[in-house]
Amino acid sequence: MEHIATAFGLVFEPYTLGVIFVSSLFGLFVGAVPGLTATMATALLVPVTFFMPPVPAIASIVTATAMAIFSGDIPGALIRIPGTPASAAYTDESYMMTKKGQAETVLGADLVFSVIGGIFGTIVLVAAAPALAEVALKFSSFEYFWLVLLGLTCAVIITIGETLKGVVSLLFGLLISSIGLDNPAGHPRFTFGSIELLGSVGLIPMMIGMFAVSEILRFSVSLRETTEVFQKQIGNVFRGMWGLCLQYPWSIVRGSVLGTLIGALPGAGADIAAWMSYAMSKRFSKTPEKFGTGHVEGIVEAGAANNSALAGAWIPALVFGIPGDSITAIVIGVLYIKGMNPGPTIFINNPENIYAVFIVFFMANLLMIPLGWACIKAGRRILDVPRNVLMPIILLFCIVGAFAINNTVFAVAVILVFGVIAYFMEENGYPVAPAILGLILGTMLEENFISSMIKSDGRFTGFFERPIAAGLGVVAIVVWLWPLAKWLRGRWRAAAA
Amino acid sequence: MRINDAVAGVALIALAVAILVHIQGYPMMPGQKYGPALFPGLIAVGFIVTGALLVRRGVKAGFPLLALGEWMRDRGLVTNFLAVCAALVFYALAVDPLGFIPTGVILLVALFLKFGVRPPGAVVTAVATTLVMHWLFYKLLRVPLPWGILERFAW
Repeated sequence: MEHIATAFGLVFEPYTLGVIFVSSLFGLFVGAVPGLTATMATALLVPVTFFMPPVPAIASIVTATAMAIFSGDIPGALIRIPGTPASAAYTDESYMMTKKGQAETVLGADLVFSVIGGIFGTIVLVAAAPALAEVALKFSSFEYFWLVLLGLTCAVIITIGETLKGVVSLLFGLLISSIGLDNPAGHPRFTFGSIELLGSVGLIPMMIGMFAVSEILRFSVSLRETTEVFQKQIGNVFRGMWGLCLQYPWSIVRGSVLGTLIGALPGAGADIAAWMSYAMSKRFSKTPEKFGTGHVEGIVEAGAANNSALAGAWIPALVFGIPGDSITAIVIGVLYIKGMNPGPTIFINNPENIYAVFIVFFMANLLMIPLGWACIKAGRRILDVPRNVLMPIILLFCIVGAFAINNTVFAVAVILVFGVIAYFMEENGYPVAPAILGLILGTMLEENFISSMIKSDGRFTGFFERPIAAGLGVVAIVVWLWPLAKWLRGRWRAAAA
Repeated sequence: MRINDAVAGVALIALAVAILVHIQGYPMMPGQKYGPALFPGLIAVGFIVTGALLVRRGVKAGFPLLALGEWMRDRGLVTNFLAVCAALVFYALAVDPLGFIPTGVILLVALFLKFGVRPPGAVVTAVATTLVMHWLFYKLLRVPLPWGILERFAW
């Protein structure tokens, strides 16, 4: 109990509240400007949070991302361009509604159901994370090995695009993670005599490169596209929202539950959650034929899903140190910097900080109602900000931010190289998320494998001797063999026919 | 720019071979069956398998080996892309001798002009942005941004 009181004290002090407010505005802006994503907002925030105490540092990321995932819906409705990838699933639908003169309803639904989804996800996070941590306390390297392996498998299976390219992307991330001294033998790998590379590539500059510089490159080659901005004044966006709640209660629940689950699965975040729940909504709808013509039902469901995914992603990140999406991948790096090492013991060593994070999650979602409303009102102005001025400024910010982490110019080279790599990967249909997961989990996978092998004297059966490890191992093997079994069955049927 | 899967596959296999050759020199851990070469080795095997699958798919799909994107035929857009890369290289080379403020201003003015911002506005915005960023990172966050040629005027 006293931890909760301390946590409230940590959140409700002027400095933290100020950080939360400023981060909200930052998040709303980044989300509403097409080409700037929630993950990019996180990557850009890291250098600034570097110099803050733990609670405001984490709070700034939580609020900025929650706001960005909501405000990403605004340009979708107004100019038919998603502000963040998480809004892409229902951008066409939103724009259709705006064209039919229902801009208020669609923007209101975006806001209200983002808040509801966000709060639902937070409740699950608060309830599930400490309970899971109790179980996770008993985990040894065997269980962690399987868990990491399942996480990596998951990232490949539920990726956008082709599985084969997802695997290549994952392997690439694993390869990068093996650079440097950080391996069980302490032997320098792939450093080619460079002192900088001994400490590996550096997670934060790499993220800035892959999520921010790559977007700037994408912008630089798409300058000529012009867009038509919705010009009418936006009226009262809250009108009719209660009616929607009564009309689509199951959509709200389904979207929130599915979103939280997808968020919690490693590697899949708000964008995939939105796509899947939009599809789900259409499938279970009583009027599926209305989808795609400017129908609000899918927006209600997917709008709740992408915000609930955000909180869901924190569950594995806090409990196991396995990121649920690319935002929490960066968060894990920040947690280490702040001395809040993720893992089940975080609930024992830093309970007040964790409770503070939970409180911030609730606050961010509630704060979204007034600030989101203001953002919708200002929506047109935000879209007027010239991107040819904005992008170079962000580039300079990326450079300084990457430099600030280690104070070396090497980081500038890293953001360039990884920016270009990420750009070409996406151009060719290689998803970036599995690479990030491989990068974060590579070291963990290797360490847990080697220490398990040492414990079991080199016997592979050691991985199946403890009940939970055996269970996880069986699940992992079934998941791998599934596609093979399906393929074989298909062949067998074809041969029989 | 879309690269044919076969080309990507061959590149992956080449990378895998390079990794396998490179890790030959890695030592073993005393008393253990596995050393630091194990994981890179497994990754290389993974690259060979996925590379082979990509080659098979690419060959089935046939030509072209390389499809240039729409923007690659547009001189202005290609130079935009290169300008962003060049800006980063310029910063890395110039920041120590010139200092953060001149480097930042030059970088921003150059990119603004390349992206079609009008000259007076470009210069004013560049100077203002660089100064704000310098204040934020150097004064507030105490990042040691180099002064370079402005060393004597350091504030």
